[in-house]
Amino acid sequence: MTKEWTPRIVAFFCNWCTYTAADLAGVSRMKYAANTRTIRLMCSGRVDPQFILEAFARGADGVLIGGCHPNDCHYGEGNYKMLRRFALLQRMLKDLGIGEERLRLEWISAAEGEKVKSVINDMVKKITALGPLDLPGKFADWDRELTELAPAVEPAPVESAVTHA
Amino acid sequence: MDKVNGNHDVRIGFYVCQCGHNIAAMVDCAELAKYVGQLPNVVLSRDYKYMCSDPGQELIQKDIKEFGLNRIVVASCSPLLHEHTFRSAVEAGGLNPFFFHMVNIREHVSWVHTDRAEATAKARALARAAIRRVAHHRALEVKKVPVHPDVLVVGGGIAGIHAALTLAKAGKKVYLVEREPSIGGHMAKFDKTFPTLDCAACILTPKMSEVGSHPNITLWSHSEVVKMDGYVGNYTVKIKRKPRYINEDLCTGCQECISHCVYKEPKFHDDFNEGLGKRKPVYIPFPQATPQVVLIDPEVCLNFKRGVLTDKCKKPCVEACGDRKAIDFKQKEELKEIKVGTIIVATGFQTFDVGRMPQYGYGRYPNVYTALEVERLVNASGPTAGDVILRDGCHPKSIGIIHCVGSRDKNTNRWCSRVCCMYSMKLAHLLKEHTEAEIYNFYIDIRAPGKGYEEFYDKLLEEGVHFIRGRVGEVTDWAFIPEEEGKLVIRVEDTLAGVVRRIPVDMVVLATGLEPQADAQDVRRLFNMSCGSEGFFLERHPKLAPVNTFTDGVYLAGCCQSPKDIPDSVAQAGAAAAEAMVLIDKGHIEQEPNTAFVVEAECSGCKSCIPLCPYTAITLNEGSKKAVINEALCKGCGTCVAACPSGSIVQNLFDDEEVFSEIQGVLAYD
Amino acid sequence: MKYSYFPGCSLKGTGRAYEESLLPVLKVLGVELEELDDWNCCGATAYMAVDEVKACVMASRNLAIAEKAGHKELLAPCSACYLVLNKTKHYLHESPVVEAVVQKALRQANLSYSGNTPVRHPLDVLVNNVGIEEIKKHVKHPLKGLKVAPYYGCQIVRPYATFDDQYNPTTMDRLLEAIGCTMVTYPLKTRCCGGSLTGTLPEPGLLCSYILLKEAITRGADLIATVCPLCQFNLDCYRDKMVGRWGNETIPDPRNKDARVPVGPYLDIPVVFFTQLIGLAFGLSEKELGLQRGFAPMRKPACAQPQPAAA
Repeated sequence: MTKEWTPRIVAFFCNWCTYTAADLAGVSRMKYAANTRTIRLMCSGRVDPQFILEAFARGADGVLIGGCHPNDCHYGEGNYKMLRRFALLQRMLKDLGIGEERLRLEWISAAEGEKVKSVINDMVKKITALGPLDLPGKFADWDRELTELAPAVEPAPVESAVTHA
Repeated sequence: MDKVNGNHDVRIGFYVCQCGHNIAAMVDCAELAKYVGQLPNVVLSRDYKYMCSDPGQELIQKDIKEFGLNRIVVASCSPLLHEHTFRSAVEAGGLNPFFFHMVNIREHVSWVHTDRAEATAKARALARAAIRRVAHHRALEVKKVPVHPDVLVVGGGIAGIHAALTLAKAGKKVYLVEREPSIGGHMAKFDKTFPTLDCAACILTPKMSEVGSHPNITLWSHSEVVKMDGYVGNYTVKIKRKPRYINEDLCTGCQECISHCVYKEPKFHDDFNEGLGKRKPVYIPFPQATPQVVLIDPEVCLNFKRGVLTDKCKKPCVEACGDRKAIDFKQKEELKEIKVGTIIVATGFQTFDVGRMPQYGYGRYPNVYTALEVERLVNASGPTAGDVILRDGCHPKSIGIIHCVGSRDKNTNRWCSRVCCMYSMKLAHLLKEHTEAEIYNFYIDIRAPGKGYEEFYDKLLEEGVHFIRGRVGEVTDWAFIPEEEGKLVIRVEDTLAGVVRRIPVDMVVLATGLEPQADAQDVRRLFNMSCGSEGFFLERHPKLAPVNTFTDGVYLAGCCQSPKDIPDSVAQAGAAAAEAMVLIDKGHIEQEPNTAFVVEAECSGCKSCIPLCPYTAITLNEGSKKAVINEALCKGCGTCVAACPSGSIVQNLFDDEEVFSEIQGVLAYD
Repeated sequence: MKYSYFPGCSLKGTGRAYEESLLPVLKVLGVELEELDDWNCCGATAYMAVDEVKACVMASRNLAIAEKAGHKELLAPCSACYLVLNKTKHYLHESPVVEAVVQKALRQANLSYSGNTPVRHPLDVLVNNVGIEEIKKHVKHPLKGLKVAPYYGCQIVRPYATFDDQYNPTTMDRLLEAIGCTMVTYPLKTRCCGGSLTGTLPEPGLLCSYILLKEAITRGADLIATVCPLCQFNLDCYRDKMVGRWGNETIPDPRNKDARVPVGPYLDIPVVFFTQLIGLAFGLSEKELGLQRGFAPMRKPACAQPQPAAA
């Protein structure tokens, strides 16, 4: 790639609070880094940990989740469920060798357009300092390693057809 | 081939809206359209100046027919603004409206980024995601939820009163709940209203008594909402009716009990008169109170000790009441439960606490007053019968009125409270009328935007009221020269003359600003609303939806949404009533069909989902031992979908396939 | 309790009565002070007005020495020193440019400052650390009946009001009430005394100080208690000029409000440091507390003298 690397961050925003706040930031013409790609969901409680893992696996350098402040969830408690998953996921990511700082959960209310701007700018700065995660690249490397190793491995004896009693 | 949709091949029409300059200035629309045009499944890709316009929408409809499109993606503004517009356009073109998806490249891209290349790259990624996602969309039908025809209006100030009357006259059944013992709100305390100088009570009381007597309005004063459950069109609300110790139905408002009370003279802090007057333990808030019913204050009535009945008093009030038997010391708090379809919140404002600006001397110097106190002072039915007599017994010969106390101030409240310039001028006029004093108004700007307001300002100038442009620094009693001794000195920089002035006056009036009620945060949680950063309730859109909230079926009216004068409060109240009537008269609400359902074959019966639903929409089917979701109760939050370990819950419009394809789309390089 | 101590130039010069009264009072209360080794002038308002960055460098040297001394906090009794040191801390924190220049300069002297040493005022320490109850225990002669006008001056409340209210501070009021004094209502608690103007623009400077004295007299105070050596100097040392200029102005007779009297004779109202009053209450001697350094003798001033018998 000839272009200088800049992080790609997938953002899951809840419709009622954070997405609205991002709209407000737009209406107020606030300027912030262009590294996020927003996916709109109705509630931060909809965020499946698999979404987050998929995002990293597909090449995201960071994942941002935006939900309503505790006690303010449009659906009552969806954001609390997200918080629980987030706590577990952070530990898991650490074990997987993906830095915890790459996953971020923020409570942003519909009036906090300014916070959307500052969180995104801050996250871009931090992830730029961390460098690219590039999981697809790593997967490709591992695949290549395995392919190169294959000839060196003795083929296993082929099992004859299994018979069942 | 799109396996979700069987053998349909997916034919997508993609439209980029330039939105005039709004998008085109920062996103290369032509390039974006060209890029998307070569993505798989995209049949046509256009860029157009204004997609939401009639020709724009017609273009979509034409293309659907001409090119046999079965998916539409529009990249333009926020779906929160126009998703509905485009879905309707798509429907009019003969396609199920949920085959539409929208990409936000305005609020989230063109308006917030400064590099054209970066913005266009982001728009490309978002568009690519939408193209992949929309292939998985399925045909859906909007959910129709019936709307209960009754309305709850919370707050009995002028806004709440007007909303309640409008709805009642339209034949709707209204519950009007007011926290104070009488409706009327702040307007009931005013003397005259600007700019016509109509007597506030004279224009308010006919409306108040109409509310009290209208058959369609159930008025519960001295009551508060304590819980709201349910969803749009079907709210169950619990209301606490605080005890007055008077049976409202039996009291005729004769007030004999008050004159017979053991307290011969009124002794206690009178809230309505801003503490300038006194009342007895049994009292009526003000003569024209609605309901015209007295009440007993258990904190000071001798019959109670710390609110608990002791039976210590002889109770001449009961004797005076006689046959009517309206007094009931044993009255208890009552909890009422009602079902309504819509709610209008009109809980009003509170005035700025002048204790936060000690430099103006309120409380330290007896002759410093707040504007509301002055309203009671000049009022003929106030504690001094309209005689402007100060706390130290004198009549003022010079008065200073300080604007912007607690408004337009970085240290207290940043906003302009909108009404203070006008009411300060009104008070200047009334005080001049009552006292012939020299009046000085200290202002930053004169804000007189309404009908007849500027003309009112001119009239005041002709009356000889002095206007000094400068924010007052201090009100003090130290005298620089003998003529200032015994007076309150206002120190201010006269910014038009370029000098610092010391103006000795007898009386200082502080034009206090408007702020949200002290319990605004608790109230807004009660009704599932948001607040803006200043604490006022948040409207759905500041320009186009000033009375709607983000919760369907809950509306706002009056100063609880932002400071405003009486005509604007009344107008908003009418607007909120009309919005409520839209729902009631239609009879049903159309809800996004983003509900979840369980794919029975894949459900393992683990019951993880059941306790997660805030609407208790999931139950275990005893027969099949599988989870079942009640579509009518499901609100589409998706929590159960994310939690299901076997992935057997699917959410319409936000199912896993759709979201995964979006994730892959934003990250794919091509 | 042990503090690093920054006396500043005034407390070793014209304001030495402040140090003379502060040290014994703190000793009674068990507060130890260690004077900074080789401290330099803080620059006060003068240097800040000329070159802010260089002024910060000067002030930071003292902060760096304090940090090196190892005690947790630095006590700076003079209001100007107090403000300059705090302002410097703020600038170091807020401006990377100032921080860079300062740290570079400090390195030349083998010093550094991490920005963490709080700078405290004696009023703050006495009321918030030692505590009013503790002070009351040491009072041998409560100054009953002494009416005091509490004058805080401007630099300990503007622009930063860290330990007291910006408009109506009460720390000194509470402190002096604890030793038995009665506070008079004094609306000019934080009004400027004129500061350095008495040296540069005498007319307005003198007027500022005169206003403060006149109001204290009008309110019936026996004396004025100050916290700042320059305030004390301005209020104390120009009485003759004030009498010459405004001596014939009349004020309501403090003993009889219906009459008016010329203010001149009343301008002998004493102006002392609050620490001198505390010292008196603790039973320390006048000589120990430097009371002889005041220009007005510590006796009841004219406004508080009993009325002369009718002729």
